[in-house]
Amino acid sequence: MPEFLQFFFSGLTVGAIYALVAVGFTLIYNASDVINFAQGEFVMLGGMVTFFAAAAGVPLPLAALLAIVVATAVGLLLHRLAIEPARGASAVSLIIITIGASIFLRGISAIVFDKNFHSYPAFAGSEPWKIGGAALLPQSVIVLLGAGAIVVALWAFMTMTLTGKALVATAANRLAARLVGINTGAIVGLAFAVSAAIGAIGGILMTPITLTSYDVGTLLALKGFAAAMLGGMGNPLGAVIGGLAVGLLEAFSAGYISSAYKDAIAFLVILVVLFAMPQGLLGRAAIERV
Amino acid sequence: MRRFTQHPYAAVVLLAAIVIAIPLATSTTFYLRIAALVFIFALAVVGLNLLMGFAGQVSLGHAGFFGIGAYAVAVGPTHFAVPSWAALLAGAAIAALLAFLVGRPILKLKGHYLAVATLGLGILIAMVFTNEARFTGGPDGMPVLRLELFGWRARTPLAWYWISGVTLIVGALIAVNLIESPTGRAFRAIHDSETAARTLGIDVARYKLAAFVLSAIYAAVAGAYLALFDALVTPVTAGFLRSIEFVTMAVIGGLGSILGGVVGAAVLVLLPQVLTAFHEYEHVMLGLLMMLFMIFLPAGIVPSLMRLMRGRS
Repeated sequence: MPEFLQFFFSGLTVGAIYALVAVGFTLIYNASDVINFAQGEFVMLGGMVTFFAAAAGVPLPLAALLAIVVATAVGLLLHRLAIEPARGASAVSLIIITIGASIFLRGISAIVFDKNFHSYPAFAGSEPWKIGGAALLPQSVIVLLGAGAIVVALWAFMTMTLTGKALVATAANRLAARLVGINTGAIVGLAFAVSAAIGAIGGILMTPITLTSYDVGTLLALKGFAAAMLGGMGNPLGAVIGGLAVGLLEAFSAGYISSAYKDAIAFLVILVVLFAMPQGLLGRAAIERV
Repeated sequence: MRRFTQHPYAAVVLLAAIVIAIPLATSTTFYLRIAALVFIFALAVVGLNLLMGFAGQVSLGHAGFFGIGAYAVAVGPTHFAVPSWAALLAGAAIAALLAFLVGRPILKLKGHYLAVATLGLGILIAMVFTNEARFTGGPDGMPVLRLELFGWRARTPLAWYWISGVTLIVGALIAVNLIESPTGRAFRAIHDSETAARTLGIDVARYKLAAFVLSAIYAAVAGAYLALFDALVTPVTAGFLRSIEFVTMAVIGGLGSILGGVVGAAVLVLLPQVLTAFHEYEHVMLGLLMMLFMIFLPAGIVPSLMRLMRGRS
C-alpha cells in the first residue's frame, strides 16, 4: 500500500505538469487549429529563466514573474512572426513550423544559457510529509495546487469574461466569430500568450522536483500532445484528464512493470485507446464534408 | 521542354542523369560520401511521399521503420550470423509485416490523431532499440559489419555512391510506375476526399494500408543502407527527430513530387555541412530555415519551380 501511494503521488505530480502542457496545446489548437510543438519550450523557458535570473541575484518570486513575462513574449512573437505569416498553410506545414520553432528556441537557450541541468530550492522546503507510509514532497502539493488553480482560473476566464467568451466563440467557429465583430487575429495571439504563460508556470513549479535544462521541452511536448489527444483534442477538461492519466500510467508502469519501458507503456495505452476510441476519451466524432 | 517536364518518367530520367554526372564532375571522397547520404535519405523520403504526398496520410513515426532496417543489418550478422544482404531483406520484411499489422487500426485515425498514433509507434520502436541492450548495445548503439557480396566488400564511398544511387533510381521508377497505375489514381482520390473515393468503390482502407506498407519498406531499406554505410547504428537512427527530418524533407522538397523528395533530402543533408561554419548556431539556423521554408515556400521547392517554369514558357 505505501508503494501504491508513492507511485500515485509521483504520477499525480508529473501528470499535473503534462496536464498544463496539454491545456496549452488545447488552447492554441482551439483558437487556430495549430498543433504547437513548441509548447514544451515554454515550460523550459519558465524553469531556465527563473534559475538564471535567481542566480543573478533577483529574488525568486520576481525571477519567476520575469520568466512568465519572457515566455509570454516568446509566445506572442511565435504567433506574430511564424504562425501568422503562414496562414492558410497545410496542417503538416504548420507542424513543421512549430517544430522548427522548438528547435530554434532550444538552440537559442543552449547559447544564451548553457547545456547543464539546473534547479532551485523548493518553495516550501524539501522535508517530505509521511502519508500512509509514502513520502509526499511539499513541492508536489504546490504543483498540484498550482495546476488546479490555473485550470479553475482558465475556466472562469472562458465563462465569465467577455474576452474569454470571444476565445470560446473563435474556437467554435472563426467565421461566425468574425461576423459578430470579434477580432479573431488578436484572439489567436491571446491564446498563444496564455498558453505560453501556462507552460512557463508549469516549468517554474516543476523545476525544484524534476530539474530543468535547455532540452527538457521535446519530451514534455510529446507527452503533452499525447495527453491532449488521449483526452480528445480541443477539450480542455479532456486535456487535464489525459495529462493526469499519462502521468499516473507512467508512474505505475515504472513502479510495477519496468522503469525502462515506462514511456513505452504510456504510448502503448494511448495507441490502444485511439484504436478503440478514434476521437479520444472525450472527443466528438468529426464528420467529413465532401 | 515543356512536354518533357510533364512526362511522368521525366523525374526518373533527370535523377539518373544526375547520378551518372556527379562522379564525372568530382572524385573527391567527401562529396561522394555526401551524395550517397543524400541518395539514402532520398530513398526513404520517396517512399514517405507515396504515403503523405499521394495517399495524403501523415506519419510522424517513419524513423521507426528506418530503424528496423538499420538494426536488422546490425543485429542479424553480429548475433545470428546471417549475411548482411539477407538481413537487409529480413529487415524490409519485418518492417512491412509490422506496418501491415498495425496499419489498419492506425490508418482509421485521421489528421492529428493519426499524427499522434504514428508518433507513438515510432517512439515505441525506438525504445525497444534503446532498452534491449543485449542485442542492440543500448543507447550507445553497436557497430555494423560491412556488406559483403560474393566476396566483394562494399566499404568505399564510391561503392556506396553507386549502390545507393542505383537503388534510388529503381525506387523512384517503382514509385512513378505505381503513381501512374490505377493504384496511384486511387491514392490521389483518397487524398482528395475519402468519402468521395469510397463512393466511387475504392477500398479506402486497403489502399491506405498498401501505401503505408510500401513506405515502410522504402524506409527500412534506406535505414539498412545508412547502417551499412556508417558501419554504426544508434537509437538516434529511429528517434523522433529523425521522423521529423523525413517529413520536413518531403514537405520542403514538395509533397506529391518524386524529384521533390530528392531535393528535400539534399537540402537537409547539405545544410549541416554548410552550417558547420556556424558551429554553435547550427540548431538555431536549422530551426530558422525550417520555419522560413514553410512560410515562404509552403508548396515545396520543386512544385514552386515547376510553376515558375510553366509561367514563363
